[in-house]
Amino acid sequence: MANGSPDRYWSRTSALMWTMFVVWLFFSFIVHFFVNQLNSIVILGFPLGFYMAAQGSLIAFVIMLFLFAKRQDAIDREEGVAEDR
Amino acid sequence: MAKEYTVGGSSFIDNLGKIYALYTGAFFGFVILLAILEQVGVPNRFIGYGFVFLTLAVYALIGILSRTSEVGEYYVAGRTVPSFYNGMATGADWMSGASFVGMAGTLFLLGYDGLAFVLGWTGGYVLVAILIAPFLRKFGAYTVPDFFSERFGGNFARFLAVIVLICCSFTYVTAQIYATGIIASRFLDIDFTVAVYVGLLGILLCSMLGGMKAVTWTQVAQYIVLIVAYLVPVVILSAKKYGIPIPQLTYGQAIQEITSLENQMAAKGLIATSKDAAGNLVAAKPHIKPFTTYDPLNYFALILCLMVGTASLPHILMRYFTTPSVREARSSVAWSLFFIFLLYFTAPAYAAFSKLEVYSLVNNGTPLTNLPQWIYTYGHLEGLVKICGVAADTAQNVINACQKIAGHPGTLRFQDLNINPDVIVLSTPEIAGMPYVIAGLVAAGGLAAALSTADGLLLAIANALSHDIYYKMISPNASTATRLIVARILLVIVAAASAYTASTKPGDILSMVAWAFSLAAAGIFPALVLGIWWKRATTAGAIAGMILGFAVCLYYLVGTRYFAVSFHEVWGWLGDATAAQKAQFAKLKEAWIAAPEAGKAAAYAALDRQAQTIASWWGVRNISAGLFGLPVGFIAIWIVSLLTPAPSQAVQDMVDATRRPRGDTILQDKGAMAH
Repeated sequence: MANGSPDRYWSRTSALMWTMFVVWLFFSFIVHFFVNQLNSIVILGFPLGFYMAAQGSLIAFVIMLFLFAKRQDAIDREEGVAEDR
Repeated sequence: MAKEYTVGGSSFIDNLGKIYALYTGAFFGFVILLAILEQVGVPNRFIGYGFVFLTLAVYALIGILSRTSEVGEYYVAGRTVPSFYNGMATGADWMSGASFVGMAGTLFLLGYDGLAFVLGWTGGYVLVAILIAPFLRKFGAYTVPDFFSERFGGNFARFLAVIVLICCSFTYVTAQIYATGIIASRFLDIDFTVAVYVGLLGILLCSMLGGMKAVTWTQVAQYIVLIVAYLVPVVILSAKKYGIPIPQLTYGQAIQEITSLENQMAAKGLIATSKDAAGNLVAAKPHIKPFTTYDPLNYFALILCLMVGTASLPHILMRYFTTPSVREARSSVAWSLFFIFLLYFTAPAYAAFSKLEVYSLVNNGTPLTNLPQWIYTYGHLEGLVKICGVAADTAQNVINACQKIAGHPGTLRFQDLNINPDVIVLSTPEIAGMPYVIAGLVAAGGLAAALSTADGLLLAIANALSHDIYYKMISPNASTATRLIVARILLVIVAAASAYTASTKPGDILSMVAWAFSLAAAGIFPALVLGIWWKRATTAGAIAGMILGFAVCLYYLVGTRYFAVSFHEVWGWLGDATAAQKAQFAKLKEAWIAAPEAGKAAAYAALDRQAQTIASWWGVRNISAGLFGLPVGFIAIWIVSLLTPAPSQAVQDMVDATRRPRGDTILQDKGAMAH
């Protein structure tokens, strides 16, 4: 069984880290580069550029961390390195 | 076993949900009781006492019930804290008095640009989760420097980590104790110095007997108080104003009204204005307009420094040492961010509602004789509200001051107002016409926020001294009992030192708090992340990176703040000063050289003030010094590591084991296994 290969575990873990890192980069910086353009869209009174910095990116951070915890746990189990506890 | 019935024992852990639900219910009951007492005529002063002393007593009780004689419990709460509760504790640990009281005010003053703090103080947790926390948990350290020592060849790296830790934590904890003193003295109407020592007592009772274990369970209790206190006033306000008790949703309407009022006020000359591209007069700093205070470079640099700083501050990282497993460490970061998010995504609503209130006041042409009472309340209190340059303590003082301004219309203009950021959250209950009990609740929340952060920081500093310096470097054979005694003595010493510093109201130290993030980012982050993610990182590399990154950051911070004149002279070619600013600098410098002996100091002060505005590399503000320290740290580790032989097989195996969740921790806990 391919399970338990340390190299594969680490490459999957790294891949997940880099995916998360890019998403983080997007919501921390890239989306806010376009604040002026986004501000022309208004939802419920919020200009979208302002909204992304005040709430949108924060919500994205929270959701991605729960997804990350779940995904990494699945990798741990599939690669046979999860804790017994 | 009798021990199981104490706070933190196994039956306590099994019943956490029930215990804290009961606690929350009791807290609401207490608020309602005080509300009834207020209605039957009990004076406000006693309502304030009730809030402050009862909450302090509860925290102290939890602290005392959590006393421990086990090293593992003292340093890492026995590694038994479930991720959900560790998330709450981290939330309280993280959100300082300044976040609670000042964040909304910063957003009020800066508008969009203030959101750099909201983003910076949340997004860092993504880095904590994906790069650091689970690995440090697997490692099994008691303190962050433990990791540096084990990974990077011993006590020198440990010592460097301790230095960085103390540099970034001490000013921070002083600011927390200062905040405690300010809040307590405002609401109890007692002397500031006395209030500082009352706060100190509260902090010590929470942390001294039970260390991390006690701090954890009080922080959970403090989180509940602070989040309830933060949400209640603004939820009531939103329900009153817009009929929907979800301020995070309704403040969109407030923002629309703010923008329309800004245009009206600009037309009437009631607000500072500038001309837009079409030549029309517009408000100089519209609430939603980006980059009115920070240029884009500084805005994004600040976000980066705050985020990376978050991921490097030891008092936050050590919270993830307390979870039962690596798996729970990860989900715990997610819960932490969720609980922090609840406050930070509400702060802009406070700012918007307050701004709308103030703008309406200004736009309606409110005469100076007819200002609302809250202005005088906070004008009277340490001059937190100033109008026309004087503390707004009485109507007559304000009118007199404004009359001296040429062409003043006699009605309030926005540019006349100077509101301390703290006022925004504190005054909301009063502005919305809520009973005093809500104001007392807010004070209790601010106190909880300041105390919980102070607890965490003090423990981080004292543990670094007792575990890293005393036990690991000075006396490795010390018995458990001795270690715990030393840990407690050092905790008291550090706490007393920071309380004493806070009691002198040191302006410089308080303004240095923002430095903590850049210093931690530059000194700790590169070595920590590469230590886990790059096996090839060597001891020499890490040491070079820590020293250089930290030194560059510190040089920039101190240079641009305290030696601005010479910094500008050395680095002017790298700064972004305009020709006019440079000419002004040259003129002030000549004036200083030419000044007679008696006027030298004043002339130099003027020169220094001007130099501080232009001394920089590429115009990067002092607060974002980490922008330079961080890359220097990474590059130094990279180059020096490649120039030195690869780490030994043993170290590389250890890194491998750190990366795999399964198996024992690298460092073996002694005493934590007793359950």
